[in-house]
Amino acid sequence: MNAIEVIDLKKNYGSLQALTGVDLSIAEGAFFALLGPNGAGKSTLINIIAGLTRASSGRAAILGHDVRKEWRASRYKLGVVPQELAYDPFFTVREMLTLQSGYFGLGRENRPWLDELLKALGLEDKADTSMNHLSGGMKRRVLIAQALVHRPPVVILDEPTAGVDVALREQLWSFIRSLNRKGHTIILTTHYLEEAENMCDEIAILDRGRLVVSAAKDELLSRYSWRQLRLQLLPESRFKLPADMAAKQESAPKGELLLRLHREHDRIDEVLAALEATGVKFSDLRIHEPGLTEVYSELTGGGENHE
Amino acid sequence: MSNFYGFYTLLAREIWRFLKVSIQTILTPVITVLLYLLIFSSVISKSRQMLPGVDYLTFLIPGLMVMAMLQNAFANSSSSLFQSRLNGNVIFVLLAPISDFEIYAAFVGAAVVRGALVGIGVWLAALIFSMVPIKHPLYVFIFTIFSTSSLGALGLVSAIIADKWDHISAFQNFIIVPFSFLSGVFFSIRDLPPFWEKASYFNPFFYFVDGFRYSCLGVSEMTVGVSLKVSLLFFLLSSAWALALLWRGSNLRG
Repeated sequence: MNAIEVIDLKKNYGSLQALTGVDLSIAEGAFFALLGPNGAGKSTLINIIAGLTRASSGRAAILGHDVRKEWRASRYKLGVVPQELAYDPFFTVREMLTLQSGYFGLGRENRPWLDELLKALGLEDKADTSMNHLSGGMKRRVLIAQALVHRPPVVILDEPTAGVDVALREQLWSFIRSLNRKGHTIILTTHYLEEAENMCDEIAILDRGRLVVSAAKDELLSRYSWRQLRLQLLPESRFKLPADMAAKQESAPKGELLLRLHREHDRIDEVLAALEATGVKFSDLRIHEPGLTEVYSELTGGGENHE
Repeated sequence: MSNFYGFYTLLAREIWRFLKVSIQTILTPVITVLLYLLIFSSVISKSRQMLPGVDYLTFLIPGLMVMAMLQNAFANSSSSLFQSRLNGNVIFVLLAPISDFEIYAAFVGAAVVRGALVGIGVWLAALIFSMVPIKHPLYVFIFTIFSTSSLGALGLVSAIIADKWDHISAFQNFIIVPFSFLSGVFFSIRDLPPFWEKASYFNPFFYFVDGFRYSCLGVSEMTVGVSLKVSLLFFLLSSAWALALLWRGSNLRG
């Protein structure tokens, strides 16, 4: 069974189509990144799954429980860390967690787990501090603890590291990774593509309300068909590129030659031979394999368009 | 299937919230009513008969109790839910397996508790002036429940409809306050010019006040059965309105 199953999901706000028929499956146990530019529909999709927004049509289910028809069961299965630093100003950290745990029907018996969460997130000495007096980073940790009070098998984190300093970011990632190892399905959105590339094993990209791609990270990266060849030119190098080579050239600093090569059509040995024949002499060469940033730019039209 | 413990926790949260700021939520309204009592008892002749055998002060106190209960029940659910919406922390409830009805019941329940506490506070404070009898305790209980839960439900309605604090304050100052002032708290509606007397019969708060006054004093302007029926009807209508908004998700579940 899939952790998340979304079928032909549509959401309109008046004439604006926030989601235009999204289909998405996320396997149980996955570490999944949901990426896309601002306004792509990520938050709308997450909110529909979490029951915070209602879809115009289509359906969404968490571990087989439809979020509308079996809303109670689906909510027990899901923990959500919201993007905004929402907090209840009337209560302390421990009171917040106790209330949240109560909303899920859990009483005193859940105390040891709440203590464990406080400890795991480094909140022990803030347990009796009012939410009003916490720093942004601390509030972020409380949000994560709150999302986990009922030990949900599926956890959604909406921009968990936005506005978080480097040290805390690493702590949070190692905590989230440990959750994943314990079997929780992790779904996150982030603006930091390197984070998604390093952490996640499945990636989906939304753009303008449409699911552009959803695939295993390695497969996605290998799908991108371009790489860059960078040559450090020798001063005595004098040449004029033939038209077919010039078409591959990209702007580079003085003393360097940068070519954009197709993975399959441009064989490195042939390219180098052709360059040598035109008089190119170089002292060093580097090949830059594409990362998520390039794939993302290509798929969302966010980067330069070479086609 | 239900989540009774979830409802209970939300109810506890709502009561806990207003108790944490009880100077503002309990003490202040009681003091305000004391001021009304001081002023009205010194300017209006105490011997004036408002109802058979009822002098002005004894007439006034139950009315002020209801007025304070209504306004505080409304203030509790409206400000709590609206503040949660503004802060964003309402999502913690919306993400939880708590039904619309359970949310309604928890917020309205807390409004009833706050209204009742303020009512008791007013009664105790008014002992300085006069000991108001409780002739029919069961009716006191029933009218307290109907009036505070109706206003608790209206508080939910305003908190869901509002887009800014201004809207809450408009609802409060242009609807709740005028209706409660013009409900026969300070005067007998029979003393009003005929048009305003007739208009008062369309004010549901009048029946809360009159019914509650009967419960305390054993005399009133309408028969208690009429007040009871109108109060019940108003409670059902305001609850239906609140539940419909929760169910539609308007402004809560975009």
